[in-house]
Amino acid sequence: MLKLKLNGVDVQAEEGWTLLETARFYGLPIPTLCHYEGLSPYGACRLCLVEIGTGPNAKLVSSCTYPAEEGLEVRTHTRRVSAARKMVVELLLATCPDSKTIQDLAASMEVQKTRFKVRHDDCILCGLCVRMCSEQMSGKAIGFVNRGETRKITTPFDIRSEECRLCGGCMYICPACQLRCQGPDAPGVVCGSCLNVSPVCLEEYEDALCYLDPCCQCLKEEVKKK
Amino acid sequence: MDVDLKKVSTIVDKYQGAGGALIAILQDIQDEFNYLPPDALKSVAEKLKIPLINVYSMATFYKSFSLKPRGKYLVTICLGTACHVRGAKNILGEVKKRLNVKRGETTEDKMFTLETVNCLGACALGPIMVVDGEYHGQMATRKVDAVLEKYKSKGEN
Ligand code: FES
Ligand code: FES
Repeated sequence: MLKLKLNGVDVQAEEGWTLLETARFYGLPIPTLCHYEGLSPYGACRLCLVEIGTGPNAKLVSSCTYPAEEGLEVRTHTRRVSAARKMVVELLLATCPDSKTIQDLAASMEVQKTRFKVRHDDCILCGLCVRMCSEQMSGKAIGFVNRGETRKITTPFDIRSEECRLCGGCMYICPACQLRCQGPDAPGVVCGSCLNVSPVCLEEYEDALCYLDPCCQCLKEEVKKK
Repeated sequence: MDVDLKKVSTIVDKYQGAGGALIAILQDIQDEFNYLPPDALKSVAEKLKIPLINVYSMATFYKSFSLKPRGKYLVTICLGTACHVRGAKNILGEVKKRLNVKRGETTEDKMFTLETVNCLGACALGPIMVVDGEYHGQMATRKVDAVLEKYKSKGEN
């Protein structure tokens, strides 16, 4: 058993757990996109960022790949974490605004618009399909090719792969190639049909004060009462 | 294009089927055929018992591997910052004109393939043009012709 601090509270983690597993074990919600139970962690989307360490040495790491360590101080809902996650969501939104998964993530994090140029790509390179294919379907039919700007996921030589059995696992797991949520047409890229409000506590405190999922549940209750 | 798969097989055997030797194997294949023929990649994957996509990913990741047939000599023009400020663009333009190809293309006589790179780490020699692994520093547009001619006559006999 490893002893560490999670949002200031002493907790224990099994040897080999990631920070994400530890946080979820203690009921702390951390948004993820490229993480999927049963597939190896990949660390591509950076949505699951948490802050580790203290003072000027504190840094952001992806909790889905970072192993729990003895004596580590982890904070899952700080101002810095929240800002970084929002930035990530904005980038994802700009890449694939049609994805319901991303729209939902945006709504749950109170992201109202994206500062980046909208591209309408059909892939965010999260690698879920690649891992699904090789790890669960023993297909190994698709993978990453090229590099940098031209990186993409495809089959060898861009033709139908002999390994592919058309199981559809890749499409099942893809967060990008899906129908957009059917909310009212919003003017911007963000659907906005879910209630968008900002967490009030972060304006005053360094850490969020509760871990309700999605955040701002407190405000939403208030709104409902009115 | 027919590929002599026996040659591929000899190359792979040289590395005793070690999966970690993939890059080295691909390099040797490229030396042999001047590019990476699809059939060769397939046979490498089979022999090493690794998925074809892994071989393909590797082959497309590195710029020095080419999946398209290349000319006899590879002409590389540096467009890095140092070479750029010394007029690498003009050199590139001149070479393009002389060879009548665009970036990444091969001349009709299969003699030259034109490529660009962003800094070769020899900035003091800029602008640089590399032909067949030989560095030609301090290039100027008027020198281009002579350099190309040299290789052309070398390649013809
Ligand atoms: S879920 Fe951790 S980086 Fe994507
Ligand atoms: S810029 Fe050309 S060698 Fe560095």
